[in-house]
Amino acid sequence: MSALDLFLDPLFRLPLITGMAIALVVPLIGALLLLRDEWLAALGLAHLAAASALLGLAVGLPAVLGAPLGALAGGAVKSLTEARGNLAYGFMILLGWSALFLIAANTSLGGTLGHALVDGQLYFAGALELIAALALAGLVAAALPRLVPRLLRARFFPHDETANRLPAHRWHLSFDLLSALAMAIGTATVGLMGAFALVLVPAWIAFRIAPGWTWTMAICALVGAGGYLLAYLAAMALDQPFGPVLVAVLITLAATVEAGQGLIGRIRLVRPRQVR
Amino acid sequence: MAGYGRPVVGPVSLDVFPGEVVGLWGANGCGKSTLLNAIADRADLLAGRIVRMPGLVIAYQAQQPIRLASMPVTGRELLRFAGASLKDMPAALEAVSRQRIDRLSGGQYQLLCVWAAIAGRADLILLDEPTNNLDPERETLLTEMLTPSRLARRDMSGARALPDRGVLLVSHERRFLEETCSRMIEIA
Repeated sequence: MSALDLFLDPLFRLPLITGMAIALVVPLIGALLLLRDEWLAALGLAHLAAASALLGLAVGLPAVLGAPLGALAGGAVKSLTEARGNLAYGFMILLGWSALFLIAANTSLGGTLGHALVDGQLYFAGALELIAALALAGLVAAALPRLVPRLLRARFFPHDETANRLPAHRWHLSFDLLSALAMAIGTATVGLMGAFALVLVPAWIAFRIAPGWTWTMAICALVGAGGYLLAYLAAMALDQPFGPVLVAVLITLAATVEAGQGLIGRIRLVRPRQVR
Repeated sequence: MAGYGRPVVGPVSLDVFPGEVVGLWGANGCGKSTLLNAIADRADLLAGRIVRMPGLVIAYQAQQPIRLASMPVTGRELLRFAGASLKDMPAALEAVSRQRIDRLSGGQYQLLCVWAAIAGRADLILLDEPTNNLDPERETLLTEMLTPSRLARRDMSGARALPDRGVLLVSHERRFLEETCSRMIEIA
């Protein structure tokens, strides 16, 4: 059976659609995290989600339900204690990583499931994961039009919130919880590093080439979805674990964009001399 | 009296009325910016009181606008997110408003942020050293932006109403304050 046959196989439709929903919306959250200089949030929340998912599995809870508990708790604590910036997320990574492998070592699940969460277990995604991914996509689609103007205003004009005594904690907390949920569902489906790469790399590419914010969001979604489809096909064709392939594809896309920009920059430098 | 834990400025008594551009003038370190910060709830009010008109909306422009290493946002998008009008934008800003803000010069970005404050819905506009990063040409443009006609509130159709907003600005440049302000207050 060829990769294309597998791609079209009904057995793989659920994982394909689930991953696509994740790949479309997680990069949008990534753009906002990068703008807030909180991109490390993704890795911190993903580690907490993975530890929480594993703990949930140990007591019989599906990963897609267990993962949000830890991530949401981390997002809420970070928001309520006003621990902004990457330092808070650095501690989350350490806490999540420690908990993840201690739980793996001390439960009957062992390290296998722990590594499955780190690598990604997209091909085992079923109806529950699909519902969670579509619910996340719906939530992001509903929340971002309200949140984005407030978050961007808060980023560029932070003193206006204080001066006008606005209840800014509402939208900052809302975004922190949305990020946590996205990372949790992402981690439970495409894996810890796969979800982190979907947050960081499409947003990084978009920030390099987008002419404005609308394009930034569009490029994030396109790179996320395109990279995901390429990785899905490549992982099946080459019989490789999905998470590492996704990360490799996204990094290759980033390197291509960087090389392309370097080439364009050199052409621009050379062109005036040619005119003369 | 205001400060940061300990007094920095005061006692001071002043009012800003709608339609006024009030300048705060004084030597470096006299507490001009601290006074602005106290009005914007960014410094401690250690004695006395600040009375705000009910429902007052404030726009506060700090000495240095936020500049990130990478900002994939155009000038127009920034103004839209700030709730500012694009109508009657000075031509010099209009010309660069479709560019990404991280590709603007320091002076262009400073003016854009001041315009975001002026063209928004604020009743009181606080500007802290708005001439920072500006060359003489852009300083003249800033003076024009602070004229009563530019400060007039715009309705949704873009039509102007009477000037009903106040501006309180801090600058160390006395000439700029004299050209711009309807009233000046010296902080000792």
